[in-house]
Amino acid sequence: MTEAKFRSSGRRKFLQDTAALGGAAALGGFAPAIARAQARKVRVGLMLPYSGTYTQLGIAIENGFRLAIAENGGNIAGREIEYVKLDDESNPAKATDNANKLVTGDKVDILVGTVHSGVQAGMLKIVRETGVLHIGPNAGLNAMTTALCAPNMFRTSFANSQVSYPMGKVLAERRVKNAVTLTWKYSAGEESVNGFKDAFTKGGGKIMRDLWIPFPNVEFQSLLTEIASLKPEAVYVFFAGGGAAKFLRDYQAAGLKGKIPLYGAGFLTDGILEAAGVAEAAEGVETTLHYGDGIDTAKNNAFRLSYAKAYKLQPDVYAVQGYDAGLLFVAGMKAVKGDIGNRKAMIAAMEKAEIDSPRGRWRMSKAHNPVQDFYLRKVVGKENKVIGVAAKSLDYPPASLCKMA
Amino acid sequence: MDLGTFLIQVLNGVQYGLLLFLVASGLTLVFGIMGIINLAHGSFYMIGAYLAWSLSQHFGSLWLAILAGVVLTVLIGVALEWLLINKLYHRDHLYQVLLTYGLILVFEELRSVIWGNDVHGVAVPEWLAASIRLTDTLAYPVYRLWISAVCLVLAVLMYLLIQRTRLGMMIRAGASNREMVQSLGINIQLVYRLVFALGVALAAFAGMIAAPVSSVFPGMGNQVLIICFVVVVIGGIGSVKGAMAGAILIGLVDTFGKIVQVEIAGFRVLPELAGMTVYLLMAAVLLWRPEGIFGRRL
Repeated sequence: MTEAKFRSSGRRKFLQDTAALGGAAALGGFAPAIARAQARKVRVGLMLPYSGTYTQLGIAIENGFRLAIAENGGNIAGREIEYVKLDDESNPAKATDNANKLVTGDKVDILVGTVHSGVQAGMLKIVRETGVLHIGPNAGLNAMTTALCAPNMFRTSFANSQVSYPMGKVLAERRVKNAVTLTWKYSAGEESVNGFKDAFTKGGGKIMRDLWIPFPNVEFQSLLTEIASLKPEAVYVFFAGGGAAKFLRDYQAAGLKGKIPLYGAGFLTDGILEAAGVAEAAEGVETTLHYGDGIDTAKNNAFRLSYAKAYKLQPDVYAVQGYDAGLLFVAGMKAVKGDIGNRKAMIAAMEKAEIDSPRGRWRMSKAHNPVQDFYLRKVVGKENKVIGVAAKSLDYPPASLCKMA
Repeated sequence: MDLGTFLIQVLNGVQYGLLLFLVASGLTLVFGIMGIINLAHGSFYMIGAYLAWSLSQHFGSLWLAILAGVVLTVLIGVALEWLLINKLYHRDHLYQVLLTYGLILVFEELRSVIWGNDVHGVAVPEWLAASIRLTDTLAYPVYRLWISAVCLVLAVLMYLLIQRTRLGMMIRAGASNREMVQSLGINIQLVYRLVFALGVALAAFAGMIAAPVSSVFPGMGNQVLIICFVVVVIGGIGSVKGAMAGAILIGLVDTFGKIVQVEIAGFRVLPELAGMTVYLLMAAVLLWRPEGIFGRRL
């Protein structure tokens, strides 16, 4: 009974649909198909955090992306760009639904996002299922460019262990004999520590102890006591944001600053040096990252100037990653002369693109992760001053871990 | 672990426990004694921390900021009780949960509008900024010891208030039978309003005192909320003494759970499972004494 009803309504719908189709064909029948496709705006889906803790990061990434488009004249290869924005709230539970909304609902031509690794993991599911073009402007989960890599997926930021590997390399080269690691026990922290350990032990260093703290717990006192009694030559930590600020101050208050040198991934000292007492606590801490203060190149200076002019804000590493996502998109669009439907050629062009980034020129690895330089930075006053290059053109985790069909 | 390190770790555990007691003390009052489930307790902790940051910049002194902050949060507490909470006393606990959960979202949004989403640090007052050197590599911040002292004083004051004063008697009586107390001619409405405001102010005070060591950041209230409930439940609902015991116990378990290495059958149990130790402790205590360590028999 119900089945029959469904079938009949299905048939009616089919008849209506074909009628509508016939009408549309009659109206637009004379225009060539290609011209119509070209006239449509290219839809860029921006799935980023516009609320919550990561709001500033989402805004910086969007600003950077728009700046790259604007510098190329606003229209790319003759196509107008239309943005569809969606606040992902950094909520992993809504990630697949949100990504789906943009891809199948709004029919975006390319999906750009996001910041939070958990949300990124949900997005990747949809990206892999639908095959939509995708650029990740921040989240560093290793899997995106190793086990889960795919031809339509690109990243313009970093892999978690790619950022920490250079720090381990530098310490091993300095003949530091042993180290203690400390991080929040969650995937980004573990990947970061593993990258550090890989390079450090390969270079002859020894890990005395791996210390963990449950995420997002910030009661460090017992761990600091443990570090003081182990007396390692170096401590490597992965923390970010509020937790990082607290850790740096606690490290100083516990009397460890100046006794046991502290090292970290760049996120340890990024974006928090303005907070009272933090810059003083962090003074002299060395970190590695793909960006920093005082990169004196024409490209970086020009970028910083035009970003400040456009948004009345100083750009940070997130703005650079968003900007590079824009440049990558432009490179692909120009290669296919605006015909974004020509996926194969578009992907090939994005793979081959050389990105003239404020951080320095870089290219995609076979796994679609940036092969880039990592800077050694030192906290001086309220700046993360670049004092050298810790690793040149680093491809890590090795692109060979990605088996792209 | 040598004896010296062990003793320092015990100190760490007790000190963390006392800090937990400070944060949970307001909840002991409101949830433990009045029986109101206030999920927004963590938000008041966060509001306190943000007030300490913004007011200390305004006044140039943390002490003035704390003074003004306490007055302000008492007023907020009174207003909330008058506007919202007192409508729910005779309703099911679920309504209190819904309302106070809604308050979390409201306060989080207001915080974002008023103070933004950045991380801030609050300077430790000059005369407490020193550290005492314990070993050649380790020093102990004086401010942390001072917090412990404040917590102890507060614990004693609360104990006296609840057990030894007329107001305390009214509060306890009201908690067991509201209508009876009212019919004896006591304005229980007013008593509850004051106690709720006191609970809010205590949470905010904890946030203000902790701000220099914990930094000030979005979502900081949610971190302490759960642990506060654990403290109150382990210690026994309605007991200040219990909350103190529960807090110290949790402080020690958390401290040693993070650093002791325990292997069972080749699998590293600790510190891998450090995040669970506190909750395992709670489960064990509740199996042993369902009413909590110092709770009244149910």
